[in-house]
This record gives sequence, C-alpha cells and structure tokens, in this order.
Amino acid sequence: MGRFVFKLPDVGEGTAEAELVGWHVKVGDMVGEDQIVADVMTDKATVEITSPVGGRVTALHGEPGQMLAVRGPLVEFEVEGAGNASADEPAPAPTPAAKAETAPAPAAKPEPAAAPAAAASGANYVFKLPDVGEGTAEAELVGWHVKAGDTVAEDQILADVMTDKATVEITSPVSGVVVATHGEAGQQVPVGGPLVSFKVEGKGNVSEAAPVPAAAPSAPAPKAETAPAPAAKAAPAKAAAKPVAEAFTTRAAGQRPLASPAVRNRARDLGIELQFVPGSGPAGRIEHGDLDAYVASGGRGSSVDGSSGSTYAKAEGTTEVRIIGLRRKIAEKMAESVRRIPHITYVEEIDVTALEELRAHLNAEAKKTGKPKLNVLPFIARAIVVALRDQPQINATYDDEAGVLTQYAPVHLGIAAQTPNGLMVPVVRHAEARDPWDTAEEIARVSGAAKAGTAKREELSGSTITITSLGTLGGVVHTPIINHPEVAIVGPNKIQERVVVKDGQMVVRKMMNLSSSFDHRIVDGHDAAVFVQRIKGLLEHPATLWMG
Amino acid sequence: MSGNQMADVLNTKVLIIGAGTGGYVAGIRCGQLGLETILVDASDGLGGTCLNVGCIPSKAVIHAANKFETVAKAANGGTLGITASKPSVDLKQTVEWKNGIVRKLNAGVAGLLKKAKVKVIKGWATFSDAKTCTVKTDDGEITISAEHVILATGSEPVELPFLPFGGDVISSTEALSLDKVPSKLVVVGGGYIGLELGIAFRKLGAEVTVVEMAERILPLYDKALTDPVTKWLEKHGVKLLLGAKAGGFEKGRLNVTTRDGEAVKLDADKVLVTVGRRPRTQGWGLETMGVAMAGPFVKIDDRCATSMKNVWAIGDLTGEPMLAHKGSAQGEVVAEILAGHDRRFDPVTIAAVCFTEPEIVSAGLGPNDVEGRDDVIQAVFPLMAIGRALAIEAGDDGGFVRVIASKTDHRLLGVQAVGQHVSELSNSFAQMLEMGAVLEDVAGVIHVHPTLGEAFHEASLRALGHAIHI
Repeated sequence: MGRFVFKLPDVGEGTAEAELVGWHVKVGDMVGEDQIVADVMTDKATVEITSPVGGRVTALHGEPGQMLAVRGPLVEFEVEGAGNASADEPAPAPTPAAKAETAPAPAAKPEPAAAPAAAASGANYVFKLPDVGEGTAEAELVGWHVKAGDTVAEDQILADVMTDKATVEITSPVSGVVVATHGEAGQQVPVGGPLVSFKVEGKGNVSEAAPVPAAAPSAPAPKAETAPAPAAKAAPAKAAAKPVAEAFTTRAAGQRPLASPAVRNRARDLGIELQFVPGSGPAGRIEHGDLDAYVASGGRGSSVDGSSGSTYAKAEGTTEVRIIGLRRKIAEKMAESVRRIPHITYVEEIDVTALEELRAHLNAEAKKTGKPKLNVLPFIARAIVVALRDQPQINATYDDEAGVLTQYAPVHLGIAAQTPNGLMVPVVRHAEARDPWDTAEEIARVSGAAKAGTAKREELSGSTITITSLGTLGGVVHTPIINHPEVAIVGPNKIQERVVVKDGQMVVRKMMNLSSSFDHRIVDGHDAAVFVQRIKGLLEHPATLWMG
Repeated sequence: MSGNQMADVLNTKVLIIGAGTGGYVAGIRCGQLGLETILVDASDGLGGTCLNVGCIPSKAVIHAANKFETVAKAANGGTLGITASKPSVDLKQTVEWKNGIVRKLNAGVAGLLKKAKVKVIKGWATFSDAKTCTVKTDDGEITISAEHVILATGSEPVELPFLPFGGDVISSTEALSLDKVPSKLVVVGGGYIGLELGIAFRKLGAEVTVVEMAERILPLYDKALTDPVTKWLEKHGVKLLLGAKAGGFEKGRLNVTTRDGEAVKLDADKVLVTVGRRPRTQGWGLETMGVAMAGPFVKIDDRCATSMKNVWAIGDLTGEPMLAHKGSAQGEVVAEILAGHDRRFDPVTIAAVCFTEPEIVSAGLGPNDVEGRDDVIQAVFPLMAIGRALAIEAGDDGGFVRVIASKTDHRLLGVQAVGQHVSELSNSFAQMLEMGAVLEDVAGVIHVHPTLGEAFHEASLRALGHAIHI
C-alpha cells in the first residue's frame, strides 16, 4: 500500500488556478483509474478531472466554490504499490476529461429484481414490469385486470400501474394462462421486476433463451421523459389505422430500437426517445407512422393532453446550471451595483445625420489614407471626453463607505463587450489623448483581447466611465446598470432613419437614442440632463467635437 | 486596422484542422450550412491520407496490378482462350497515372471547398490554447481564433523503433510511389494495408514474404473470412511467416525470428512496414487544449464533442475504426450540430472492406461477437453457387456471403463476405443493417440476376431455411 497525492493538473489554458465546482467522490470511496473525481471551472470551461490511479480516497482538498492552485494537491489516495507521496515530482497529469454539460447522472437505480421469478410452478414465461418510460425505478400497482387461472390474449390489459405522472395500462406481450400475479394493489413494483407469470405455448422465456428485460433496465439518462398515453383509449388518436399506441413498449432494456436513420433523426428533432416508442414493423421496427401515433397519442408532447392534433413535442424537465466562474462574478457585480446605486436613467434622441455624413466621408477616404474605418463609438467617446471637461464629477468613482468621490483627470473609458463567456468591460485608457482612429483601434484591440480571453488584468480594470452599446442589435431604449464604483454609463442605441419634424416639415433623419444612467447620489437629474444635452449638441454638430 | 505591424488575427466561426476525408467533408457541410469556416492543412494536396497516400492511390495500384496479372496469365499458357505475349510494367508510368488521379481529386476537393466558401489555409497549425492556433504559411504566420474547432488531424503509419523508415525500409506511402517493382519485397505486418500492397506487388511480379506476429493474417477478422486470402497467398507463392518477429534490416537482409525461435535473414530489396497506424496527436499543441484522451485517441462523445467546450474531433484521431467513411460521416454530424441541429453519430454499423485478393467485407456483428450465444442464426451462401461469380472467375476461391440474425425476431445483426469484387456489396449490407431490416426484408427484395448480390439474398433465405440454389 502506498500513498498517492494527485495534484490538480494543468487544465490547459495557462490558468494558475481553477474553481472547484463539485466533488464526485468522497473519502473512503474506491475509485477506478479514469473515474471522474471532481469538476473544476476555469475562465473558459468546466472540466472534469479524472483519477490517474485506482485506489481508495483518503483525503479531499478543497470545498466546492473554492479556488484551487494548479499543481496543488487535490485528492489523496491509498493505492496498491508504492504511490508517489514521498516523491516530489508532479503527479502524472492526466488529461482532464471534461464536459460542460454532463451532469453527474443521478441514474435511477432499480432495485435488484426480487426472487428469480419462475416462482409459480408451471410457469414458463415471466413478464417483467417494463420501463414505463420516465426513468422511474418503480411504479405503484393500482389494480389487476387478470387473476391466476385467466387465459389472456396478447395485448390484453393485465394491470394498471401508476408512475409519478400517469396511470399506465400494462398489456400482455404474450397469449397464455396466468399462473401467478406478483404484487398487490397499492404496492410498489420495481421496473424489471416480475409482474405476471404465464404458462404459454412453446418455449417461454424462463429458460433464458429469449431476451427478457434484464433485471436492471439500463436507465436511460433521466431526461424527464414522456408520460406514456394516459389511458390510451381516452385519446381519440388520429392515426386510427393502428391500435392506439400502447402506453409503453415491451422492448428489452438495453436493446437498441430498430429504426432507419431518417426515423432516428426525426425522433431526435421531435425530442422523442425511440426507446419508448412502440414499433409496428417487423422485429418491433419503428416507422414514421409509429412516431406519428406516439406523438398523437400524447406519448410525448401534444399540447393539451391528447386533445389537440399538434405535433410539437411538449417540453418537460428542468436543467440546473451552476452559476460559477465569470458568470457568478457578473451576477455579483450587477447585484452590487443595483443594490448600492440609486440609478437615474435619462434617454435622449440625437440627430446623427451630420455625424453619419462625416463618418461616411472619413471612411471613404480611409482607402486613400490607409486609416482604419470608424464606427460611431470613437465619436461618442470624444463627445464624452469633451462633455466631461465641464462636469468632472461624472468622470469619477464613488467610495460610499469612505464617503469619497474620486474625480479623474484622464478619461479611462470602459467598453462593455460581450464575450463567449459573458459580459466583460475592457478599458481604453486615456481616451482624452486619442484621435478617432486611435480610439477605434484601441477599442478593437481591447475588446478583441477580451473576447479571445487574452486580455491582461490592467486592460480589464481602472475605467472611470463606461460605454455600453447594444446598437448593432437594435433596440429603442435600455436602462444600463452602472459599472460600480463609477457614477455614469452611456448607452447608444441603434441608428435608424426616422421621420422628424423640422421647421414645420416632416423630414427623414438618421436618429440615435442615447440611454444613460447616473448615480443619483452624485449626479442630480439636472446634471445628468446637462451632460447628455452636451453630448447631443456635440454629436449633432460634429465639427464642434474638435473645437477647443 | 493598419495591418502590418503585428501578426493578423483571423477570427472565424469554425476552424477545421486537417483536410482529410473527415476535415474537408466537415468543411463543405459547414459551408453549405452558412457557417464561416477556415480549413487548415499542411500537405501539398487536399484530401489527406485517403486521397493522397491511402485508399485511392492504393486502389489504383491494385487495379493496375490486376490488369498486369491478367495479361501475364494470357502470356503464360493463355486464359479464357486469350493469349498474349509476355507483358512488362514500367512502374514509373503506373505511378504517374496514379498521381494524375490523385491530382484530379486534389483539385476536385479544392473546387468543392471553394464553392462552399471555405477559406483554405496551407500550413502547419500549432495551438496555444483550445481556440487559438498559429499557422506557419509560406507568407508568414497567421493566428486564427475560432468559436468552434474541429480536430481532424488523422493518423500516421506506426514506425518500429528497430526498423525505422528510410532507405529501403518503407511505409505504405513510399510503396505507392516506387519507381520499379522490387524483385524481393518483405512485408512486416499482415494487416489489411500490408496484404493489399503485398498482393498487388506479387501480381506485378515481386517475390513477396509476409512477416506477421500473430498466428494468422488479418487477425481482426474471423478465420473463415480470411481463409480464402490465405489460400490465394499460398497458391501464388507468397511466403507467410506467422508467429514471427521482424528485427533490424542490414545490408539488404531483414532479421526475423520465426515462431520456433529460429533466427533467419530474409533477402529484401524493400521492406514494407505496415504494423498499424496511430492517431496524429503530436506536434500541433493538442496538449495545450485541455481535451481528455481515451488511450492514444482523443475522447469524444456521440456528438463528437471533446471534453473541452466547443472543441470537436472526428476521424482517425478519435479511435477505431480508422476509416475514411467514418471520418466524413462524423464531419457531417459536427457541421450540422454547429448549425444548430440536434445530431448524433450513432450508426448501427460502419462497414469495413479489405481490398485483398479476394476482397473481404464486414458489417455489423461477426461470429466472434456472437460466440456462445444461442439466440442467433448464422447462414452462409457460397459464391460458387452464384452464376455471375462463375462467369467472372470469382467462383472458385472459396468466397461466400454470411448473414447473422437474431433468432427471435430475425433482425439482421451482421453481414460479411469474402470473394472477388464483394467490396461493392458493402453498401447493400450497411443499408440493410442501418434501415433495421429483418431477414424477411432481405428475402423480400428482388435481387437482380445475374449479380454477386444474389448471394446476400440467398444467404438470408438460407437463414430462414429456404435457400433456392443450394
């Protein structure tokens, strides 16, 4: 026996630490090689960490939510042989397995089937409770339709069972004489457990020849599955040609449903697990018509139980998503800002026709001058810089606990940017010292870095006022949340041609709304209006942006 | 931006690494679906192993060898009443003909990618993290950053440490571009690649010896399927050293330890080493991407997703079977997933073919997979009883079609065949399996007479107990 210390491997993105999201093992567990021991989160993805060794877990380092250092100890094992505990070398880094979306499958584990069910003498066919299609491990027996001694035809109803969601009629897969019924009304019957023993013509299934549902139906991932047709007969199924789809299928667990690729794809599109669709073709092959019948019978998804002919699948189930990593930081930051700051949001419309003409001209020149093309942001940035000269209290951060407002001479402009992982605010430093082209390049550079995940810390902090632009997506107005501890945020909306009244005439102008929020503790409504009106004046007369 | 001070960063929705049958098909499908796509490949011709140094060129060489063999037979006492004078082969010209086919296909792939608006960048990509790579091109370095990455780097021949490639020790790649037929060829490794090429060179006149460590050739197939190939090899004077281990190669002689432990030296002009292929996981920064491995392969789920978000992997890189048609099918699946569809790579079967003499096809479960089960039916129908086979000299080498089906519901579980030209039956087998056919379905399809495919029909009838022609 040896001690093996497994250190958190490099999770592959040059990160020095990762957030522990959850454990898959606990102290005392026997763990196999490659078994998942923990989930960790880097800035970019959740990664499953697999064990490099097989052994018994003797210690776990860290709690969910905690930051772990890469190459710091993660799990200690007791292993066969020497282990690595005395050695200094880093644990053999197993490539982390990972899957953002895999939830640890809380597989419904059916109890082992009770006594091997040939119980009653003379029986040669044991019918086991089939998977009733909800990932349920057991179902309540509601009542019997047959008793011992009855002669039963194939497809005759044997019993009613109830799952969490529906009462299901269980029909006989064979013709024969009932030798014994297993269980009484009100009792829970495990899926895969014996339900009825028959004496049938011919060989039966007790001599293990035929594929009988194994004791444990390989519980398919519990994807809130379909209630099978609540009492098939209640639903006047559209596909009248077939006997209304039985409420369940007697397909053996683990047996792949027979279906052509086209049927498989269509089922996937409908959100139907073929495992639960009765097949009418040879060997239980599922045809397109079977899918139709399944949907029509309410097997999955008719919008009102069985009553409408809708073919859209009904969505069920919930997905829990851990809010961790960057998403959690965003959540905290937003809540903090709204909690602390009484926002005042002020919206004004700005006629940017002249500005757009200037911009079009500059961009047309860009080919000759080799300068980058400009969008509207550098102009707004400039307008903010100019407007702040008169209102330095808006270019500030407010420490409300200390009661200090820090006003900044330089303008470090935060640019709210959507990245694959969520909202980030890279910073264009010294916006006051940049011409429009330089501003454009810097905005592109820092937001590109943020999106690519290569932004440095100083490129993501230190802003004194922020621009948040949803302009490309459209939208008339928004209520931006201030990037705490700043005191103002400016949000341009989409530029659109609108009819405005000018000198008594209706004319078409390029109009842009500007939605801005201010910290009302620092900025009075009047000041906010003055600031925005100043920006409006500058943008409507773009030459003034660079006058003085 | 004023471009030239720093390396350009290309941003794209989809980045595909490798233009083999997995990568280029993924690229075309992405393009069809309107996804902005960049495809990076370092080789001279698009199409990867399959098209440049694998499936296609080997089939061309095999075809030429068959032509030569026929004429040689005609010269050697006549065949089917045809006589000819002794043929000769200028392998340089054969190879040039084969290269022409490859070039045509290279250009075809390039054209298809262009039509699909896929940007192709020639160069070697090295990843710095899961979504970013730098490509060394002839015009300098390009950094590419992608939302989704599809890894399709394929595989490469395995080298034996004591028998490194170089000089007269060659891999399948060099074997397809020899300038003359070696008079003595030793093939190390009796898998399908070694046998396909060994047989072709035998037909072209080389003296061929096959050294195989296992006790049989083609150890991955059941013995009944490989027996006709063994018979052909024996009949045509190919020396088989089974249970034997190759050693080093010096001065034109290959050291071999035979099954009995005897050390022998085999004269060889060329030693063709075909001991398998391994996934290409080295030299391009895979280790920086944080993807989980499954043995030597990249681990994927049934969507071809790796453990890293938005990194996908297809083809040989992801495991057995290492077959072109698997890679391309995966490529289509991934492209469709990226376009927002719910797709899974969950085929019933991926049929495999050996272009040996005779050919072998296997789809679905084989006898070794169902060994010991009493709930299956197996039925075999010999090609000897098929008229068409006799008419094309394909009836007397022991070929057959075999079906394996479930005894209870007659669903088809597997189909295999061995015989000349049976490779063309492979899709018929795969179709029936993929459509979920039962024996009665095959029996109910009117098979065209006179074709080799009738043997599939008859084998199914035989499984049902009423074959007609036996």
